[in-house]
Amino acid sequence: MSESMVQIRSVTKTYERGKQKVEVLHGLSLEIPKGDFVALMGPSGSGKTTLLNLIGGLDQPTSGEVNVGGKRIDQLSSGQLANWRAHNVGFVFQFYNLMPVLTAEANVELPLLLTRLPAAQRKKNVAVALQVVGLSDRARHKPKELSGGQEQRVAIARALVSDPQLLVCDEPTGDLDRKTADEILGLLQVLNREHGKTIVMVTHDPKAAEFARRTLHLEKGQLLEQVAA
Amino acid sequence: MTKTGFIVANLFRKKTRTILTILSVIMAFLLFGLLQSLNSIFSSGADFIGATRLMTQARVSFTTPLPIGIVPKLESVPGVARVAYSQWFGGIWQTNTQVFTFAVDPTRYHDAYPEWVMPEEQWKSFANTRTAMVAGKNVADKYGWKVGQKIPLSSNIFPQKNGSKAWAFDLVGVFDGKDENWKKQANQVLINYGYFSEANQFVKDRANFFIVKLTSDADAATVSKTIDGMFENSPDETKTQTEKDFNLSFVKQIGDIGLIVRWILFAVFFTLLLVVGNTMAQSVRERVPELAVLKTLGFSDGSVLGFVLAEAVALCLVGGVIGLLLATLLGAAVEKGTGGQFQLTINGLIWAIGIATILVMSVAVGLLPALRARRLKIVDALAGR
Repeated sequence: MSESMVQIRSVTKTYERGKQKVEVLHGLSLEIPKGDFVALMGPSGSGKTTLLNLIGGLDQPTSGEVNVGGKRIDQLSSGQLANWRAHNVGFVFQFYNLMPVLTAEANVELPLLLTRLPAAQRKKNVAVALQVVGLSDRARHKPKELSGGQEQRVAIARALVSDPQLLVCDEPTGDLDRKTADEILGLLQVLNREHGKTIVMVTHDPKAAEFARRTLHLEKGQLLEQVAA
Repeated sequence: MTKTGFIVANLFRKKTRTILTILSVIMAFLLFGLLQSLNSIFSSGADFIGATRLMTQARVSFTTPLPIGIVPKLESVPGVARVAYSQWFGGIWQTNTQVFTFAVDPTRYHDAYPEWVMPEEQWKSFANTRTAMVAGKNVADKYGWKVGQKIPLSSNIFPQKNGSKAWAFDLVGVFDGKDENWKKQANQVLINYGYFSEANQFVKDRANFFIVKLTSDADAATVSKTIDGMFENSPDETKTQTEKDFNLSFVKQIGDIGLIVRWILFAVFFTLLLVVGNTMAQSVRERVPELAVLKTLGFSDGSVLGFVLAEAVALCLVGGVIGLLLATLLGAAVEKGTGGQFQLTINGLIWAIGIATILVMSVAVGLLPALRARRLKIVDALAGR
């Protein structure tokens, strides 16, 4: 686990809210090795989601460097960043964010439309991803026909299907009951331990953080201590 | 799943809304097809007529008849081969069916219009029988008239000298056109001018229209200028134009059909822009987070713009093509139902204009929502800002 997956150096992020400038991250530095499972915790407004967005290439820092998988992504253009995300990172959101008009398998296939894989290969990859999350029998169901836990499993399958090394999860269990949340976290743990995925997860829930290898605490845009699980 | 499948799935996320929008597009393009066709009927005149004849009428209006005594003067103009004249009679068949009836000099009319085909003995009979009438084949077929029958017609404009509006004519012939185009025009009835002139109360030796047949080497513009010049500053000033222009100006008595059609279509498409534009804008508004997710997954700003624009194109294309197809079928049915008299043909040009309109409309209704989708910032959209 010595090779770095994420390297962040002296990153600041400032948002403009009307005429006011709000600095959310203040010169933050962080290193996450490949194969790590990190939980980011902290009070609301501490900069957890902002940091996650920078790691996932959804946003750009105001200053500083963001290296992910050996690539400096803070200097990429919007188009390059989109292309990088398609091949290098999977996202899991609190509210699943599935396309309601598509079936589970079509939702999972969506990122593969950006590849040149033939339809038959795409179908195979989708089947594997759904199998990994244990939802092969719900492939033809639309999101509204699934439970919250099942929807989140589909979202995880969608994040996995293009085989990224990094999974970025923003409160993945925030909308689930304890039992289902534990199942989802267990699944993430399996992906980390058995499939070697590096996972960065934002959570408010200390029990969820226990599933990670270590927990990082943020407060007022700065990292506090690191806690190993 | 394909990108096309994804676009179609998104299009039908709100089935009722999409179907109603498509129906409104269908109706707009059905109307577009039929009105364009109607416009082309009115604006084309009768292209097959050519420019071998001029029509001379009173400068003020064709409703003011000119004396038939001007015929020799007209025939003296170089380039004029023959002159016929025609007076509107306004015949009514049975209770209230208008029949296009004109009083003509049979021999002159026959000479001026070789396009009307009828056995020579019937032409002779038309010329020699005082109360004779000949009918276009379409009229005769429509009312079941047979040669030899006495046909009663009434005229509200021209009562007989005894005050009676009822006239009776002997059908001595049925004429038809020389080709398909002319056959479709065989919708009129001709009566003998001599009888009409003697028997009616109001008009004697005067006619609304003078048909000037040109020699093969004549220049239509020069001849019409010469004719109008001859009658300048006289009590019977004339206006001479080609037969095609005459037909067009006759139609424009109703109004500028082209302008009316354009205004109707403007109103229809303006409303349609609002309807479809609102559908598209609403559709994008209600799935901002989904569009942000697409970008998160790696779809570029351009791809997202393309998805939204493609939805607008699909919406307009499906409705527009169905509308044009319906207009084509309906136009053909109307043409068939009227025996070719009302040619509502949706031709290739109307289809081409229709498809171009569909594409322009798609961009007009889709571009703003598509640009909005393109500009979405992932972080803000996911946070619901």
